[in-house]
Formats: sequence, structure tokens, C-alpha cells
Amino acid sequence: MKIPVIYNIRSLLRRPATSLATALGVAFVVLTFIGMLALANGFRSALVSTGRHDNVIVLRKGADAEISSGITRESAAIIRSMPGIARLADGRPMVTADVYVVVSKPRVDGSETHMPVRGVGPEAFSVRDAVRIVEGRAFEPGRAEVILGRGLVGRMANTRIGDKLRFGQQDFTVVGHFEADGSAFESEVWGDAETLMPVFRGPVYQTVALRLEDPTSFDAFKARLEGDPRLQVQVKREADFYAEQSSFLGALLNVIAYVVTSVMAVGAVFGAINTMDAMIAGRTREIALLQTLGFQRRSIMASFLLEAVFLALAGGVLGCLLSLPINGIRTSTTNWQSFGELAFAFRITPGILLQGLIFAAVMGFIGGLLPARRAAKMVVAAGLRRE
Amino acid sequence: MTRATLVRASLRRRLRRTILTVLGLGIALFLFVTLRTFLHTLQTVGDVGSESRLIVSNKLGIVFPLPMAYRARLASQEGVHTVGYASWFGGIYQDPRNFFANFAVDENYLTLYPEIVTSDEHRAAFMADRTGALAGVRLMERFGWTVGQTITLQGTIYPGEYQFTIRGVYHAGRRGFDESSMLFHHRYLDEIMRAHMGGEGFVGWYVLGVSDPDRAPQIAQAIDAAYENSASPTRSQTEKAFNLAFVGMYGNIGFFLNAIGMAVVFAILMVSANTMAMSARERFGEIAVLKTLGFTDGAVLRLVVAESLVITGLGLALGLGGAVLLFNLAEFDFGGFVPGLTVKPGIALMAIAIALLIAAVSAAVPAWQSARLKVVDALRYVA
Repeated sequence: MKIPVIYNIRSLLRRPATSLATALGVAFVVLTFIGMLALANGFRSALVSTGRHDNVIVLRKGADAEISSGITRESAAIIRSMPGIARLADGRPMVTADVYVVVSKPRVDGSETHMPVRGVGPEAFSVRDAVRIVEGRAFEPGRAEVILGRGLVGRMANTRIGDKLRFGQQDFTVVGHFEADGSAFESEVWGDAETLMPVFRGPVYQTVALRLEDPTSFDAFKARLEGDPRLQVQVKREADFYAEQSSFLGALLNVIAYVVTSVMAVGAVFGAINTMDAMIAGRTREIALLQTLGFQRRSIMASFLLEAVFLALAGGVLGCLLSLPINGIRTSTTNWQSFGELAFAFRITPGILLQGLIFAAVMGFIGGLLPARRAAKMVVAAGLRRE
Repeated sequence: MTRATLVRASLRRRLRRTILTVLGLGIALFLFVTLRTFLHTLQTVGDVGSESRLIVSNKLGIVFPLPMAYRARLASQEGVHTVGYASWFGGIYQDPRNFFANFAVDENYLTLYPEIVTSDEHRAAFMADRTGALAGVRLMERFGWTVGQTITLQGTIYPGEYQFTIRGVYHAGRRGFDESSMLFHHRYLDEIMRAHMGGEGFVGWYVLGVSDPDRAPQIAQAIDAAYENSASPTRSQTEKAFNLAFVGMYGNIGFFLNAIGMAVVFAILMVSANTMAMSARERFGEIAVLKTLGFTDGAVLRLVVAESLVITGLGLALGLGGAVLLFNLAEFDFGGFVPGLTVKPGIALMAIAIALLIAAVSAAVPAWQSARLKVVDALRYVA
């Protein structure tokens, strides 16, 4: 026969302070776990959401980031003339040849970072249609004007509309702010490619991005470009390329999250063992009584194990609730792969919360195992004789 | 019976609980010390940078090159005794995940960096080979390279595959100096540049040896002023400031890791304090007996405090001692990821303060309760 669950819940409630302290211990471990995973996840999803699946990015062969790539004007013209590229209503191909650099600029807190600057072609806003001006207006080609992603505004110095940003020997006026669904573009400065080119590296683009007419034709398109003897390029899906850019720091943050929380979990499990041990020690007579009533050892063990898991899960739920305010907190760091500043927000997903709860349950289970076994093995007479 | 015997007896009363509490505390304090040390090392990476070396880079950012023609002007700058230069190569060994720093340096570079310690034979062999390379001892271990071996790096900035022959191994002459980079000759890189884009004649950054570190700021100012209106304006700073700027690029990620570290400590401390308070509460009966035997409140308090001090003390020895052993003595550095991890006295003091706080908190509740305890109630109490 099974021992009713209500027995366990009442037992926990009978010692509110002890139960709460143990649950809080588990809650903080879960909170940390969720917080660290949300950080890694926010970073990764900012980059993953940057590319479109039906967009293609062309880089120089061997280049592992936009910054180290280079595409000459001639190559860009050849790519533009390729078949299979989607066209706008007026017949222009949806292609943008970009200048991409990172420029050393101060954050508002005085520390310095590398602000990504992208010079784009006139079709950039149709190729990257997630980019929407939310304040001010677009830059005018040929003029020293730029627009800024929302992620930079208020984070870097001189980012208000009307402010001037100095690149090399030239001042650029900020004329607008844009959004791009929280993607990495929101951490960039955009301007006209032809105006920015002479300011930075001279007559060479870094990448060419384009929309495919038919997303399923990617392999054929890639083969055509990479096989063209006039070009020395590699072709990637834009979505895959930006996802790759998050691989190093994303993985590092994940490893830190798992290592730190596993060590913490060991400490929390010790705590859980102690709490359960003490609870069981205080209930020797109860346990003996349960045995006398005819409950099997197996049921008693299951019951105490359940109680431990229950306690830990309560802590897990508390940890999940405590973690919710973290969601959406914005921060920024340097993505070493692109070498540019990347603003992103902590992102908690249902999956991460579930992982936190599973983690809590496992802690409870391991913590409850030894004490529960001890409770089950107790000898009736010895239990009843005490006190 | 002495007080020490009593404390020892009560700690043994539930040995498993005592051990687990000590271990839990040890883990919490170890994590705390490790996280603080990790952050501290990152933040003070500038200390590894010398103040008698100036780094001159392009004002636009480190990814922009400077003309090699600046060299003569920099060499004639008063107060500068040696000019060296280097360029980032960014080559990949077999797989992008095998990232390590590899860059081209000129013949003055090794003179400027006495921290790069290598034997005379290795140095001579490196200098004599056009495609020779000098690799840090950590890097050699990581990939199992041997001196004389030819390795191939895939260029990211310069398309193609390039061969290098490892001619020497270097060690760090100072703790915390990187031992996992690869250096090769700038003249080899010049050839590569010439073959590829005609982009020859540029360097990544200059390193200047300054005779009098006190005058470094004025020298930096003079150089930057001279190039202010040129096509490639410069930014000169001491190596220390340059390194610190790199740390700044992490942004407030450090703050978050720190906050997380505090949450860790708080969590486990809470659990430990609870356990300790719990075991004291369980012994109301015993305390009542002690009081009946004539122990004063003060004596009972001292017993409770002594017990919690022993437990936290052991936890502290385990956590702090473990960290000191691991980082300061065994020089563990996460496989070269963060060289020079050292538990600083300030961090150790913080750990000690936290341990004392836990001891106080976990002793306070039972001590206060037992002081107010009526013997009759206590003997009736069921834990």
C-alpha cells in the first residue's frame, strides 16, 4: 500500500523554517542556472535571429568573419549579375554589397569597445527587411549621415539623433535609429557604402548579401559562385553564417553555466541530505508507526524520496519565479568572432525553465536517496523505544 | 570533562551531517574564491602589461593597419630606444575551434619582450629560418607539436594555406604572461601580402621601447599629435592601458558573473546555516541537561559558538585552502585559458569574513533560544 502524498506535504509544512531554508537553497541554485543559461541563450539568439534562411551571404574564401573578408567591386558586379537572385518590382536584383568594419568607440560608462559600422547598398533595406527605422529618417546616399541600431542607443557615446560620430577625418551625423527584431544588426551603425568606403579601407567591400528567388536553389547557387573561376568566394546561408558567429562565446557561456551550477548543485545536494536526515531523525517514531500499520519498507522509502523531490521542486518553482525578472535585461559584450560589440538581452525560454525544474528534481532525488533508505531500513522496535 | 571534549562529542554525534556541512561550506567558499579570483585576474590583466612599452595602433581601431613608413619617424622620436612591429595573422590550425593567437613580428620584437624566454639555439634557429615560428610551451603541449615540425595554417585574412616550421619554444619570463601564442617573421607575412593583394607596406601595430616610463604619456602625445591629420591617425598608449582596453571590451559580463557568484554563495550558505541551526535545535534536551547541571547561559553560548566555529573553520580550510593549493601552488589555469590565476590576500580575507558571518548567523538562533530556554519546556521538547 502506498503512503498518501498529503502525509509528505503536511510533514514539510510542520517544519516551515527548515523546509523553507532548504527550498531556498535549491531555489538559488536553480536561479543561477537559469540566469546563466538565459545569458548564453540571449547572446546566441541575437546572432541566430540575424540571418534569413532565404538570404545568402558571400565572403572571400577562407574568411571566417565579415571583418576578415574582402570582395572587390568587379567580383560584386559579377555576383550581382548571377541568375537566381530575387528581384524588386522595378527589376533591380535584391543584392547589397556591404562595407563592414569595427571602429574603436567609448561606451557611455567610459570603457571602450569596437562599434560595428556597415556601409550598405540601396537595396539593403529590402534584403534585410527586418530593419525598420523607428525614429528619425534613413541616411541619404552621398551625405555624411548614418543611422544607428537600437542596441547602441544609450549604450555608446554620441548616439542621439543629431549627434556626430567621427570616423577617421570625417564627422557623420546620426539621423535615425532602427530596430531589427533584436538581431545583431541592432548593434550596428549603418550608412551608405560608397560614402563610408573611402573613410575606411578603400575600394573593397567585405561581403555581399542577397535574396534568393527560390530558397531551395541554394545548393545550385552556391556551386555556381564557388565554381566561378573569376571569383574567390565562399557562399553561406545568411542564417547559418550568423549562427556560426555565436559558436565560440555561446559555447563558452554555456560551459561556465554548467560547470558552476554543477559544483553548486553538489553543495545543494549535501544540504538536502542533511535536511532530510534531520527530518527523518526527528520522525523515528512516526516511521516505526507506519511500519507497524503495515506499510512496506518500499512504500516508506518511496514516500520519503517523494518528499525530498517535492521539497526540491518547490525550491525549483521558486527559483523559476525569482528568475523571471531577469528576462529582458539588456547587456552587451564583444563578440570575439566578429570582433564587434553585440548588445543582447537575457532570454528565458520555457525550455530553460523546464531544465531548471528537472535539475531541481534531480537534486531532490539524489539528496533524498540515502536518508530515505535509512528510514526504510529502520527497525520497528528500535524506533518505538526511542524517547 | 573539558569544553573541548563536549564540542568534539557533539560534532561526532551526527558525523555524517557534520561532514556534509563542512563539505557544503567548503564547496561554497571554493566557488566564491574561484569566481572572484577569475574576475580579478581578468580585470588586472593590465598589470601584465609593461609601462615602459608603448603600443601605437590605428586610431580607428586595432583592426586597421598603419603604414610601415611610420617606422622611421617613430624611431627618431626622442625617448624611444627600440621600435618593433607586429601584425595579426589569424591563421586557423585544422579547425576553427583550435583558436590560438598567431602573429607576425619583426626582428626587434624579441628584444622588446624579455618576457619571451627561449634558449639561444632556439632563438638562432628561429631567426635563421624565413618560415620559422616560435611557439609558446602551452601551445606545443596542446597540439603535441615538436621542434622542427612543419605545420600548416589556413589564412582567414590572407586566403590560402601557409606552412611554418616550429624552430623554437618559449616560456613566460613572468607569471601571467601568455604561453600559448605563435610568432613568426614579419618578412614572411610581407611576402604573403605581396602575393595576394599588393597590400604590402602595412603593419598591425608598433611596439616602442621607452627609456623613461615616466615620460611615456608625453611621448604618446607627441606621436599622436604628429599623425593627427594624416590618412592614418595613431593612438599611442602604454601596454598596460592597451591591455586594459581589451578587458573593457567584455563590458559588464563581469558584473553578471559576479552577481551569479554571490547568488551561489548565498544559496549554499543558507543551506549550511540552516543545517547547523537545525542540529543545535535538536539538542534542546541536551542543553537543558547542561543547564540543569549548572552550565550558565554564557557557557552554553560558548559551546554553541565553538561548535559552529569548528564547522565553518573546517569548511574555510577546505574551500580557501583548496583554491590556494590549486591556483597559487599548482598554478592551475584552465588549460592556459586564464594564465596567472592567484588568490589575492583581499579575496582570502573576504572568504574568511564570510565564514565568520556564517558561524555567527548559524550560532545566533540556537544560542538565543537556548538562553531563553526553560529547562522544563526543553526536556519536554520533541525535535
